[in-house]
Amino acid sequence: MGQGKVAAIRSDLDIVIARTLARDTAKTLGFGAIDQARIATAVSELARNIFLYAGTGSVTVREVERPGRKGIEIVCEDQGPGIADISVVMQDGYSTSRGMGMGLPGAKRLMDEFDIKSKEGFGTTIMCRKWRT
Amino acid sequence: MESLRIPILKIGDVLIASIQVALHDASAVQFKDDLLQRIYETKARGLIVDLTAVDVVDSFIGRLISDIASMAGLMGTKVVITGLQPAVAITLVELGLELPQVLTALNLEKGLAMLRRQVGESSDGAG
Repeated sequence: MGQGKVAAIRSDLDIVIARTLARDTAKTLGFGAIDQARIATAVSELARNIFLYAGTGSVTVREVERPGRKGIEIVCEDQGPGIADISVVMQDGYSTSRGMGMGLPGAKRLMDEFDIKSKEGFGTTIMCRKWRT
Repeated sequence: MESLRIPILKIGDVLIASIQVALHDASAVQFKDDLLQRIYETKARGLIVDLTAVDVVDSFIGRLISDIASMAGLMGTKVVITGLQPAVAITLVELGLELPQVLTALNLEKGLAMLRRQVGESSDGAG
């Protein structure tokens, strides 16, 4: 399990650093090329959301284990404005900024497990996992 | 911080740009602006953006590629995207970005042939 590795998000350069960390970790854990791309892309979407909406935050990448299964866990945290209605932002095509509205629902489709906790005025935490097949 | 600049090469009336580095958002936007400026300066009739070395296309870059194709199209220049890796194609569709308006080809050679046909047809049509 372990503490994992943390990428701080403060600029658009850090989005690239976070997704590279996720891809490298996925590769080390034995994920294939397509899953590496899925994981890196999901992290890119989530890290960009932190940068666009909260300004700063962090992405933590760690190995997870379940009996008979190994996987990768990504936790994205920020102390930004939070999300008033999670069901709205999870709709395809919903966007308040420059994106295509694919960020959160797209990231969810690319991962196996996806969980958002958010409180308006306090921030957002997104946890997602992908299991090795 | 100064953004990375992607070289844009000119061969005949076609521009070719191959992305070889991980683009962060600011350098991607710079790339789009540089491409449109070069199209204007060179009056290129076709543009190929080669993504052979790109291993992640997220919604931001996907949107940018779609924008480049639309904007260059408004200027009268055909755009072909070449060399999408299998993992990138799979991820784009799963993400929900199928880029239906963007012409694509398997590799640079096929992309160039596609552009020559497209540009050739339009010039015949214009007399």
